[in-house]
Amino acid sequence: MERQEVEERVRKVLAEQLAREPEEVTLEARFEEDLDADSLDLVEAVLALEEELGVKIPEEEMDGVKTVGQAVELVLAKQGQAA
Amino acid sequence: MSRVALVTGASGAIGRAAAVALARDGRTVACAYRSGDAAAKETVRLVEEAGGTAQAFAVDVAEEASVDELFRAVEAWAGPPLVVVAAAGVNRDGLAVRYPLPEFERLLDVNLTGAFRCLRAALPAMLRARWGRIVTVSSVAGLRGNAGQAAYGASKSGLIGLTRSLAREYAGRGITANAVCPGFVESEMTAPLGDKARRRLLEEIPAGRIGAPEDAAAAIRFLASEEASYVNGAVLVVDGALTA
Repeated sequence: MERQEVEERVRKVLAEQLAREPEEVTLEARFEEDLDADSLDLVEAVLALEEELGVKIPEEEMDGVKTVGQAVELVLAKQGQAA
Repeated sequence: MSRVALVTGASGAIGRAAAVALARDGRTVACAYRSGDAAAKETVRLVEEAGGTAQAFAVDVAEEASVDELFRAVEAWAGPPLVVVAAAGVNRDGLAVRYPLPEFERLLDVNLTGAFRCLRAALPAMLRARWGRIVTVSSVAGLRGNAGQAAYGASKSGLIGLTRSLAREYAGRGITANAVCPGFVESEMTAPLGDKARRRLLEEIPAGRIGAPEDAAAAIRFLASEEASYVNGAVLVVDGALTA
C-alpha cells in the first residue's frame, strides 16, 4: 500500500474511532491534547487499525506514539514487516 | 439474539451448571475444560438436553498459546464469545507454614492468571461489539480467611481485584465485569470432605444446607444477562448466609 493510501485509511479509522471530524485528524494532531483521546480510546483505535489494515501492533510500540503522524509511521513500518 | 458464551472449567460442577443456565437464556455455549473429556461431554449433553447448543473445547488456561487457540477455535465455531464465565480453578489445601512454593505459584497461575489470560483474550471482541459480560467465579474464601487456604484465598481475592478493575476500565463500553462468591457448594472440591467436616460445616451455614451448583449458576446467569447491564463491579455472595 502506498504511503498516501495508508495515511488516508489511518486518518479515516481514527476519525471514526475517536468520533472526530476527518479534517481534525491531521498528521500533527496529538491524541491526548488535540483529539481528547484517553488510553482506552487509543487501545480501541489500535484494535480498529489492526483490523482495517491487517497489521499487528504490539502494545509496547504504542508507547512513543503521541500523534496521528507517528501512528501512520508505525503502521507503515508494520506493513513493511508483514510484506 | 443468541450471543456466544464461553465457560471455562465447564467440566466442573459450577461451570457445568453455569453452561446449562446460560443455554436457557439462549446463549450458544463453548464449554472449555482441561482434563475430563467425559465430564465436558456430559456438560455438552446437558446443555443440549436443555435445548441449547454447546461444544467442548480443551484448554489449559495456564498456557497463553492454549488460550489463544481456544479463542480461535470458538470464534471459528460460533463467533467470538461476548459472555465469558471464568470458572476454571484448582485447589490444594495446606497450612502456609509448609506450603510448597511451586504449588502456590501453580495455583495462582491457574486460578488468577488463567482467568486474566482468558479475559484479556476476550476483551478485543467485546470492545468491538461495545457489549460484553464477564463473570468470574471467586469464592467466600476470597472474602474471609480460611485456615489452610492461603493460596486458594489469595487467588480468589485476586480475582475480585481483577474483576473490579475490569469493571472500571470497560464500563463506558457496555461491558460489565462481576464476581460471584460461592460458599460451600457440592462439587469436586467439597466432595472429599468427611462426614465430620460436613456436619461442622452445616452448623456454620445459616441456610442449613450446602449449596447446589445451580445456586451459583443462577447468580452467574443473572450477571451474564442483558438485564444486568447496570450491575458492574459487584461481588455477589451465594453462600446461604455463611458470611452474612
